[in-house]
Amino acid sequence: MITRRNFCKKTMLLVGGLAIPLAAFELFDPKKLLADKSDNARERWVFLVDTYKCTGCGFCVKACKIENEVPYDANVTRTWVERYVITKDGRTFADTPKGARDGFTTGKIALGEGMFQEIGNEDIDKAFFVPKLCNQCDNPPCVQVCPVGATYQTADGVVLVDRTWCIGCGYCIMGCPYGVRFFHPVYHVAEKCNFCYHRITKGMKSACVDACPFDARRIGNIKDPDDPVTKIIMTERVGILKEEYGTKPQVFYIGLSKEVK
Amino acid sequence: MKNHVWRPLYVALGIVAMILVARELYVPKDFGIHERGYMYGWHRKSDETYWKNFKVKYKTSEYCKGCHEDKYADIKGSPHGNIMCENCHGPALGHPADPPTLTIDRSRELCVRCHSYLPYKTSGRGKIRGINPETHYPEAECVMCHYPHNPKREAKK
Repeated sequence: MITRRNFCKKTMLLVGGLAIPLAAFELFDPKKLLADKSDNARERWVFLVDTYKCTGCGFCVKACKIENEVPYDANVTRTWVERYVITKDGRTFADTPKGARDGFTTGKIALGEGMFQEIGNEDIDKAFFVPKLCNQCDNPPCVQVCPVGATYQTADGVVLVDRTWCIGCGYCIMGCPYGVRFFHPVYHVAEKCNFCYHRITKGMKSACVDACPFDARRIGNIKDPDDPVTKIIMTERVGILKEEYGTKPQVFYIGLSKEVK
Repeated sequence: MKNHVWRPLYVALGIVAMILVARELYVPKDFGIHERGYMYGWHRKSDETYWKNFKVKYKTSEYCKGCHEDKYADIKGSPHGNIMCENCHGPALGHPADPPTLTIDRSRELCVRCHSYLPYKTSGRGKIRGINPETHYPEAECVMCHYPHNPKREAKK
């Protein structure tokens, strides 16, 4: 004999159960999973940073903010430059005042809250600059956590944000191990570097690459074997950031040091 | 079975139907998984066009060369030849139509981005000739003595 309580329970289970397989059938459609791997895209944008060449002038940050309409005086930026100073007694200092929008014009390390650390010239063991930007990961965790499909990866590997579709939940900002995402102060949605998608799809280079006087930043297509950037990545010693996260970042660094996080 | 037993089922089915209808109305037609598959590809296809049509502001020195060939040649042959015009002159945007003139940054702050001396031998910065901005004529603009298009030449009066 079926009771009303039991019947209600089973009805709910049945309806819930019917709703799940509709999505589940699609999830495990082998044809679609296979298609995912055999992509026919002719481009896969990658970035190459030479930390020996970078002088910390910050022209890249300035150009990026203007090109991509990121409010100039807001303390957010799609790309930034970090300074690392390692002293002879083994201490590491790192700073990026205003994301290096105005460059590094003093030897004092900004500790935040208006405090500075003076380091004597003779105490410096090594000092260098590391430009940072979105790694356009092959396994982008920021895309995976988006609950609404507002951030996504294009066929050529660039991760974009749909400004009209983003609900501003901030999961992607938390999910990015490289901290490249932030809220856009005007649009109030997630914002990130997209390798200047409007430029690279027109055959131009990213604004930061054009602005760099020292060739410290270069952009290339890893699927083109004749691309000079591809040749360097394939034949020279390049490093990536936070390899242990398994995100497969596509920004490669020459002269990376263990102090760089 | 009696009618009151079936009633919750109709309610549940009604809710499911409503969700499906709302989904059909609200989700755009071009929303789907597209090239990068289920894990990373969910998006509105038309948003790619939004980003592709984003306005280009920096037109690069090759664009400037079209009209200002003399200036282009001037700087290209100098130690400052690697600096693109728009780094100091500002983005070209729609110049010369809009804006007709560009705002040139002649400030000390611009020059000391590179020329404030930092003793970083392990970086390209340590190889650039530099000054201490606090002691090197702090009251003067750099362009009063130095000609930015060619630092080897004297400033234009």
